[in-house]
Amino acid sequence: MSFLSYFLSGLSLGSIYAIIALGYTMVYGIAKMLNFAHGDIIMVGAYMIFIFMNQLGINTFLAIILSGIFCTILGMVIEKVAYKPLRNATPLSVLITAIGVSYLLQNLALLIFGANTKAFTSVIALKPLSLFDGKLIISAESIITILICIIIMVILTLFINKTKNGQAMIAVSEDKSAATLMGINVNKTISITFAIGSFLAAIAGALLCSAYPSLTPTTGAMPGIKAFVAAVIGGIGSIPGAFIGGLVLGILENLSKAYISSQLSDAIVFSLLIIVLLVKPTGILGKNQNEKV
Amino acid sequence: MGSKLLSKFNIKTNNKSFLYNISTYAIVVLAYIIIERLIFTNSITSLMKGLLVPLCTYSILAISLNLVVGISGELSLGHAGFMCIGAFSSAIFTKFMKEMGVQTIWIFIIAIIIGALVAAFFGFIIGIPVLRLRGDYLAIVTLAFGEIIKNVINAIYLGFDEKGVHISLQDTTSLNLSDNGFVIIKGAQGITASPKYSTFTIGVILLLITIFIVLNLINSRTGRSIMAIRDNRIAAESIGLDVTKYKMIAFTLSAGLSGMAGVLYAHNLSTLQALPKNFGYNMSITILVFVVLGGMGNVRGSIIAACILTLIPELLRSLSNYRMLIYAVVLIVIMLFTHKKEK
Repeated sequence: MSFLSYFLSGLSLGSIYAIIALGYTMVYGIAKMLNFAHGDIIMVGAYMIFIFMNQLGINTFLAIILSGIFCTILGMVIEKVAYKPLRNATPLSVLITAIGVSYLLQNLALLIFGANTKAFTSVIALKPLSLFDGKLIISAESIITILICIIIMVILTLFINKTKNGQAMIAVSEDKSAATLMGINVNKTISITFAIGSFLAAIAGALLCSAYPSLTPTTGAMPGIKAFVAAVIGGIGSIPGAFIGGLVLGILENLSKAYISSQLSDAIVFSLLIIVLLVKPTGILGKNQNEKV
Repeated sequence: MGSKLLSKFNIKTNNKSFLYNISTYAIVVLAYIIIERLIFTNSITSLMKGLLVPLCTYSILAISLNLVVGISGELSLGHAGFMCIGAFSSAIFTKFMKEMGVQTIWIFIIAIIIGALVAAFFGFIIGIPVLRLRGDYLAIVTLAFGEIIKNVINAIYLGFDEKGVHISLQDTTSLNLSDNGFVIIKGAQGITASPKYSTFTIGVILLLITIFIVLNLINSRTGRSIMAIRDNRIAAESIGLDVTKYKMIAFTLSAGLSGMAGVLYAHNLSTLQALPKNFGYNMSITILVFVVLGGMGNVRGSIIAACILTLIPELLRSLSNYRMLIYAVVLIVIMLFTHKKEK
């Protein structure tokens, strides 16, 4: 029974990773850049919800939506100011800039909110589910997180396959200059991608801090890196890949925490990345890309 | 006529790099002499004295990362991990020798060699899978590797008695040491009461060795091959350069030099712990800021940037809250204004 409970909480953690990884994988697929600051947008989103709920006393649902809107705008502004001027720069320059943005967000949060840990109130006010005469207790957070992750996956898949903007995203990710020739507004498409990714990050922030209710300026950093690892394991640029990668990572992390060592769980998670890249450098669902001269 | 001009041109460029190299050594030696003089006349504060070894450590780290980022054109975010390996492997040795009752400068010299070699070995092992990847993947894998190192060291308990080495992942009692045995690494508490060997003089000597190695590499055939691969991988491959081999050389050497900086760092402290602050990816990013501010590929710039960015927050205490914020802005602004266009 305890295995099942660890497995389920791993599944819920994995769902959070999957939601974050979706943001990474979409941005990577379309803008061909690793948005290092994505993890910190999670943190900003969580702080916003904290302020709206605890200090302004706004209703939970509205607080999440407002925080989502804030992060969406933040994501688009970051893209306009820091990444757009580097559209044709070497990957190294873009990556260093993204690291700079990540540090900027963390340290701004540190100056504004202080280093003290904030106790985050869960956004899900439901009782845990008790099964098998109380032998297996599943927290409401776990169930809601898994459900939200599945809903997001379905909506995102529909958006990409059925709408014009979604089709434009696929076109831009495949060939930017050809997409421009077809009359697709590449800058707008990249902007939309950042907006969606940042909105998902805000939701991930709400879910992450509900499950692990301590909020500091570096809350988003580690989950962000792990979610990127999940995106790479699943195959970067692939949406189902991000989903599978996230779940695998979350379950592996929780099971190794429970059965091997809590100190070593991060090491085990990161070792999986190295092993996957050794065996299949493009990830589980990644496509092989040939370099053109 | 043409060949004459060309040879003239060649001599000129050689002279230029020769002058550059000599002046780089001269700056370091001059700075050393001035500071030693200031220490001698007692006109230097204890705060500054405490910063001298860290300045050498950071300069060595910045140069070693510059070798990967600037010269080889790959982004590594795991250099704190190599530093950690160098620090712990050498501190295990010196702590062991201290428990055995041997404490001479030779022990430290051997420790420096051990630290550098072990870190270089790990750099080699990590390099095999990692250097097949490009750009962003390399950054994330080296970052992951650095975190693995830190986590593993935090989980290990290592002791020694007449039966040999004991390793455990639980606690000190599960090491089953005999009465004569002693614990070297106490898990997350790290290595306590390790000997303090690092001095400013040794730091400067190591810095000079590092500069010597890197500058000579840059001006050698190998260095030119590494830079050719950085500038155009496909073109370099098509004229027969072994990309993996040259990238390996740069990466392994850089890891070894970081390990050496780790040795210097470890023996400047009385307690060595693998904290996120000193060996986490924050450290790797701080080193990256030094490299970017100093100019990618510029050895002298790395040293100057490392010194300035370490000194300013210490001298202006009121700024220390804003230190990382300033680093972040420095990174973004420099990249926005000096980025290279992709061909």
